[in-house]
Amino acid sequence: MSAHGKPYVREVSRYRWFLRSPRYMRYMVREVTCVFIALHALVLLVGLKRLSEGREAWETFLDNLTAPFGVQLQLLILAFAIYHSMSWFNVTPKAMPVQIGEKFLPGAVIIGAHYAGWFIVSIALLFLAGVF
Amino acid sequence: MAKSNKPVVWGLFAAGGTVTAFLTPALVLLTLLPAFGVMPEVMSYDNLRAFVSHWFGKLVVFGILFLMLWHAAHRLRVTLHDFGVRADGFVAVAVYLAAAAGTLATGYFLLRI
Amino acid sequence: MSERIVELEVLRFNPETDAEPRFQRYSVPCMNEWVVLDALNHVKETMDPTLSYRWSCHMAVCGSCGMMINGEPKLACKAFLREYDGVIRVEPLAHFPIQRDLVTVIDDFVTKLKRVKPYLIPKQDQPVEAGEFKQSPAELKKYKQYTLCINCMLCYAACPEYGLVPKFIGPAAISLAHRYNEDSRDGGREQRQQEIASNEGVWECSFVGACSEVCPEHVDPAGALQQVKIKSTVDWYQEHLLPGSKK
Repeated sequence: MSAHGKPYVREVSRYRWFLRSPRYMRYMVREVTCVFIALHALVLLVGLKRLSEGREAWETFLDNLTAPFGVQLQLLILAFAIYHSMSWFNVTPKAMPVQIGEKFLPGAVIIGAHYAGWFIVSIALLFLAGVF
Repeated sequence: MAKSNKPVVWGLFAAGGTVTAFLTPALVLLTLLPAFGVMPEVMSYDNLRAFVSHWFGKLVVFGILFLMLWHAAHRLRVTLHDFGVRADGFVAVAVYLAAAAGTLATGYFLLRI
Repeated sequence: MSERIVELEVLRFNPETDAEPRFQRYSVPCMNEWVVLDALNHVKETMDPTLSYRWSCHMAVCGSCGMMINGEPKLACKAFLREYDGVIRVEPLAHFPIQRDLVTVIDDFVTKLKRVKPYLIPKQDQPVEAGEFKQSPAELKKYKQYTLCINCMLCYAACPEYGLVPKFIGPAAISLAHRYNEDSRDGGREQRQQEIASNEGVWECSFVGACSEVCPEHVDPAGALQQVKIKSTVDWYQEHLLPGSKK
């Protein structure tokens, strides 16, 4: 369709594109949560291994968890895990709209139900685990 | 245009994302609270071994770890592309192999309890 | 009627004489209630007739005047001057080649639009005598939102995946395929799936969601694409685990 002269193609930086707007930066933070989910999986896997190795190994694992580095790592994991949860729940109405007759369930209702479910499941888990 | 096979890994990513969204923060609290003086009963060696010895406990632990690993693997593949890495074939093999290794390790340790 | 002088920094490109685009500054006397399009029209009419850009309806229904305004994809007829302080940077819509000044080459989008077969493909051919297709209000509501697309391509300018991977079919085209897939009168979903369920189709999307944020008609293409992903995943399992079963 170039009637006169060659069109100009503007390059998009594959390394710096997300620095262009806060919207893109928030997306990258959301994506990077996977690194911390992976780290958490690693922590659980190591814990499982120590559990299988016997009482002493498990106690050492607990010591590592409660040491400063262990606590810092877990706080970091917790922060990114919460960001993941919130970003996941907030987009659920888009991916799974609920139509009732001619109306759609408001997004806020679907999101609210997820946050409520999150709260209930968390409390239940902590209760069953004997935290209180 | 051929239909993609990405649904397989995306399905695991979506299932894992949902499970981790609901469970991960509470799970982290279980391992974090001891440092603040609150020891969940399940975290004692005897209680946790009892839970994992049971077939139901094994199922729960395996299910959660499996979904966490494959969720993180697929998202990491996409994230590396977002950071400019252009080697999707290699990256895909690497992340899914890691998830598979983690899955096998989980199964192995569970069977030893 | 109050006036203000607005500074416009407009990206110019003449394919016949320029190797690269360059910015040109205009000091434009504007009315406070004007939109960026009014300012551009004033420039063209009174200051620089060589400035080229697309526009038509001036009321956000034709989709012609999409451009980057201070780095955001916007319709120039919907970008109110009162929302901006200081110099307003006007550039052609991102992720499309520049034809001339603010005019982009949109062939890629048009080609992709055709590929997804954005028209009704009835389940069965019916003669006219058989009468009209009947559709309830609820059935209409199911896809109504996705009919609102005005093909303005702001979503393509916002989508980083389209910017980085040009073969991506893109938000609007896939949303329009979804519009027809969800239409109760339609039977062409499998044909469209051949295009949109490919790696260049919905699977290039990573749900950044920028497309929905910039859409002037609130189509929510991001939502449409996630719904296509879910349905395509169910499809995949159905095809591979229960081959031969009807969808």
